[in-house]
Amino acid sequence: MSNHSKGRGLQAYAVLYLLFLYAPILLLPIFAFNSGTIIAFPLQGFTTEWFAQMWGNATLRRALTNSLTIAVSASVLATCLGVFATRASTRFSFPGRGGMMGFIMLPMVLPEIIVAMSLLVVLLGMGVQLSLLTVILGHALICMPYAIAILSTAFSSLDRSLEEAAFDLGETKWGAFRLITLPLVMPGIISSLLISFTISLDEFIIAFFLAGNEPTLPTYIFSQLRFPRSIPVIMALGTVLVILSVVLLAIGEYFRRRGNARIGGAPTGGLL
Amino acid sequence: MARFDAEARAGLSLIAPPFLYALVILAAPLLTILAYSFLTDGYLEIIRDFTWDNYVQVMTDPIVRVVMTRSLIVAMVVTAVTVVLAFPVAYYVSFVVRPERKSLWLFLITIPFWTSYLIRVFLWKVILGYNGVVNSSLTGLGIIDEPLTFILYNVNSIVITLAHAYAPFAILPIFVTLEKIDRSLLEAGRDLGESRAMTFWRVTLPLAMPGVLAAVLIVFIPTIGDYVTPEVIGGGKIPMIANMIQVQMLALDNRPLGSALAVTAMLIVAVISVTFLFLNRRFLKVRQ
Repeated sequence: MSNHSKGRGLQAYAVLYLLFLYAPILLLPIFAFNSGTIIAFPLQGFTTEWFAQMWGNATLRRALTNSLTIAVSASVLATCLGVFATRASTRFSFPGRGGMMGFIMLPMVLPEIIVAMSLLVVLLGMGVQLSLLTVILGHALICMPYAIAILSTAFSSLDRSLEEAAFDLGETKWGAFRLITLPLVMPGIISSLLISFTISLDEFIIAFFLAGNEPTLPTYIFSQLRFPRSIPVIMALGTVLVILSVVLLAIGEYFRRRGNARIGGAPTGGLL
Repeated sequence: MARFDAEARAGLSLIAPPFLYALVILAAPLLTILAYSFLTDGYLEIIRDFTWDNYVQVMTDPIVRVVMTRSLIVAMVVTAVTVVLAFPVAYYVSFVVRPERKSLWLFLITIPFWTSYLIRVFLWKVILGYNGVVNSSLTGLGIIDEPLTFILYNVNSIVITLAHAYAPFAILPIFVTLEKIDRSLLEAGRDLGESRAMTFWRVTLPLAMPGVLAAVLIVFIPTIGDYVTPEVIGGGKIPMIANMIQVQMLALDNRPLGSALAVTAMLIVAVISVTFLFLNRRFLKVRQ
């Protein structure tokens, strides 16, 4: 009985906590469809005008194109580098492994402002023109630890004897990797690409300082937050972005679980 | 021995691309600002004269002290609030939720974290603002006459916003350590006559401490360097250290002083983190 009631109390707390977590997101669609221009209660009428304005906005479309370019490039780069690092750390032992991996994972805990500022100072000092490319370089750096965290689950539960069997049957190292390892870790790779894409798409600090004059979605949103008249359109944009993120994450989670099931792992664990 | 060498070579050549990337994009810039912090700021250029002046200025300037203290206090309060609020949720998901539902819960907890950070921060301003959701509903219900002011665009609202933003960072590491706890240890504690509360206090909590320590550091370190929340919530009037670094580096174009600020902030964070781990070292030994 006491066990039961303890579970109840905790459950009530956990549900309240979820409500706290979701409070801002639940407000997004409410204000996106509200015809009043001020973001406050009471609500006015229902409208889809903000979504129409959003599609008609040329700067926003440019920001979207830029963000997609950056996110696709950064996620591919981060995942490729992540595959190298994960393969090295899970399959081989070599001197300095812990230190090198620790350093590669460092951006996960380093404040982004430090990464952005130090990179900016160097780029300006070298006279490099700020562009989408400089943002991609920064984003790949901060996505890499997340890519490695996801890929590690996939790589570490690989059965080494499968590869050895391939060697015994006459495959080359590369052949065994391509035919045995790669298909087994593919769900992890897809999941890593999606997570990196989502992180890059939402990253503000590095994009803000390293993009020069090119807008990205977060820097565009930041520039508009100062103008009360633009806020409803930003709420509409936010609604679309939330839906997009949830869909991408659900796909990522699906692949991660499928990967887990394929290598016989338990279906628990989260995205990190 | 030859086998080990071949393995080491294979591992090193595999880790080389990501490691070199991190060296070029992260280590080189960090070393550059470390070097800048000892140079002299000239008009539109940096004079290559070694000096401690930047650090002297960082240590003695009262404004730097106010901002640094504020950042530290905000980060500590946010960390404490986040970890204390997160622990019961992690405990619930690990000990009460049925195994097949656990991933769903973790997925639900992580989703808000992956949605636009800027918009989330802005919405907290909307929720907590003068005509915000909290104040307009409370006045509408007749609970209060005047809008509550202690949550308006100040340090409190910064703390609430950050505690929300970093919630999953606290839940996940605690959850992972709770999952690793051998459940038979808890039964043993109970069988030996300990009450439920004492079993939690003497068995579960010490075993969960590595996760709690990880959560503390994972929340504390990025929060102290947060740029967006003070900017959006405080409207630039309540700067934290990240905002100050940015102003020195760009608006005032004093890169040596900005670099010294950044290096000092990193040193302070490192010292606090190491001290914190040292004070709690006995919990880390338990795992090994």
